[in-house]
Amino acid sequence: MDSALHVNQLVMTYGKGKVTALNDISFDVERGELFGLIGPDGAGKTTLFRLLTSLLIPDSGTAHVDGFDIVKDYKEIRRRVGYMPGRFSLYQDLTIEENLNFFARVFKTTIEENYDLIRDIYVQIEPFKKRRAGKLSGGMKQKLALCCALIHKPSILFLDEPTTGVDPVSRKEFWEMLKRLKERQITILVSTPYMDEAALCDRIALMQSGKILSIASPVQTLANYEHLLYAVRADGMYRLLNDLRAAPFTERCYAFGESHHLLPAYPNLSESDVRNYLDEKNYTNLEIEQITPGIEDVFMALLEKGSEEVA
Amino acid sequence: MRTLRFLLQKEFRQIFRNPAIVRMILVAPTLQLLVLPLAADYEVRNINLAVIDHDHSTWSRQLTQKLAASDHFQLVDYEESYRAGFHLVEQNEADILLEFPRGFERDLIREGKTTVMMSANAVNSVKGGLGTAYALNIIGSFNKNILTEMMPTPAVSPGEQIGVVSSVRFNPLQTYPLFMAPGILAVLLTMVGAFLAALNIVREKEIGTIEQINVTPIHKWQFVLGKLIPFWVLGLVAMTVGLTAAYFAYDIVPLGGYLVIYAFAAVYMVAVLGFGLLISTLAETQQQAMFISFFFMMIFILLGGLYTPINSMPEWAITLTKFNPAAYFIRVMRMVVLKGSTFADLWPDFKTMGIFALVLNSLAVLNYRKRT
Repeated sequence: MDSALHVNQLVMTYGKGKVTALNDISFDVERGELFGLIGPDGAGKTTLFRLLTSLLIPDSGTAHVDGFDIVKDYKEIRRRVGYMPGRFSLYQDLTIEENLNFFARVFKTTIEENYDLIRDIYVQIEPFKKRRAGKLSGGMKQKLALCCALIHKPSILFLDEPTTGVDPVSRKEFWEMLKRLKERQITILVSTPYMDEAALCDRIALMQSGKILSIASPVQTLANYEHLLYAVRADGMYRLLNDLRAAPFTERCYAFGESHHLLPAYPNLSESDVRNYLDEKNYTNLEIEQITPGIEDVFMALLEKGSEEVA
Repeated sequence: MRTLRFLLQKEFRQIFRNPAIVRMILVAPTLQLLVLPLAADYEVRNINLAVIDHDHSTWSRQLTQKLAASDHFQLVDYEESYRAGFHLVEQNEADILLEFPRGFERDLIREGKTTVMMSANAVNSVKGGLGTAYALNIIGSFNKNILTEMMPTPAVSPGEQIGVVSSVRFNPLQTYPLFMAPGILAVLLTMVGAFLAALNIVREKEIGTIEQINVTPIHKWQFVLGKLIPFWVLGLVAMTVGLTAAYFAYDIVPLGGYLVIYAFAAVYMVAVLGFGLLISTLAETQQQAMFISFFFMMIFILLGGLYTPINSMPEWAITLTKFNPAAYFIRVMRMVVLKGSTFADLWPDFKTMGIFALVLNSLAVLNYRKRT
């Protein structure tokens, strides 16, 4: 029971077993680890969070948070975890200070007692502490929510999509805060739809349809994926996508930002092979470039594989 | 205990920041008590009367004048034919038609009796029914006048052998506000207790704050009490405002004393708060809570004896009113205010209300879940 989080074959269904939200999930999170959950909407991330914070009871399987069973010892767990739901859920008609005070007192502590833990974050919103939470900007709301989740010095922090709908600058700041919290040995479980954020985690779990597809560090995740990948760009991108998908050498091709990523069906496909094929089709401004796959590419590949297995 | 104090502090802070609630507590009782008893009165006035007079005689005219002189009726038109008169009813311009046949006076003198026809528009059945009754009353007394006029010194008076002397107890002047005000207060308390509380809790569900509360070590009973106590206080404040308004506007002083009223209201509030809590466990959104509330509010009022006496309801409805806490409260309020009932008189009602409070709150707490 040394790990901060120990999840064993967790199953959760809704509507009397009709919808499977989590299908046999198992993983461990070490103390002080920043663990990311990546997956599309409906992958089961929020359900997992709600189970681990004792808001739901699993159909089967067990999970231990900080060594406590999520079903039996839920009272103990509630004392130890900080939870920041995906939706802003603090009192909008109370001020920043009142919200923070309220949550501190509910946990039988005070702002002063754990001030050093939240100081870095709180100083940024302190000038507005008399302002009601409902009137704050998105980024400030997130900071306040994080403060409230931290005020009782939790050993594990659960953050459900904390940066969704937050501007890029605030997002960056938010992740820097998480790094500082990690230094204080707080275990953090965070879910995010943003791939660039995934790279900032110690380890990431890719989730889809209630299953975990892979768990590894970002570097390792990339290393496990040894595929040749081309970025192709030209005028008439939609036609290009269709043509590439129809090409005999294509395993998979998908739109990725300003170019299409082409995954060859065989490893020895050269850039000129692609060029020759496309030249016949009269493309202008054609650019082909071999690239190293990013996390998103890995994720796309795993998702594809995952849905093939499900089907 | 300290946690509960913080919950209460937070709750009151939110309530006072919500202008709608403050207004509802202060303005609603005053306004309802000042306006409603005056407007929503059982008496029917301004009944539009149309007369079709085929006789054009002194007596037909006299009867018409007598009706028009009463403040219940308003003579709107003379018509030549029943058909024309009925047209007025269809146009909603007349409520009652009175038709004098040709030879009305002649028959009256020669044969000593005659008939008139009265037709009432019963789309509004209260107006039609009461209008007919008023008219019959006036025609009856007109009859008596004719008798004395035709037979100045009757040997034996033919009618009125038994005289009725009526005495109205407990509300001798039959002041309507005196009857209505206690009922309005009852409705008000129900609103604050059941519905404001229900909406408040459901709002926490809707905004998601309950999620944040549920992951804290707050106990179920602390959360529930933290919600119930503020609205219990608010309910009693609203009643105080209402009683003050009733005192200044209508000189209503409860004959049985304020203590009985507050004691019963205190128990009643616990019962309706339990009901509100139950609603909140059933509803996921404020809209749902609103609909459930409206549904029960209608039942509470219509089966509560506020407008229609419970005793005149069909048997099954009377049975239903026994399960309506508002019915008890309305009755108790009236008994204390008008009749001066005391604790001893109302002991059974206190017991019943206590059971209501216990059952409703137990159901609500059993149904309330911090986790699913």
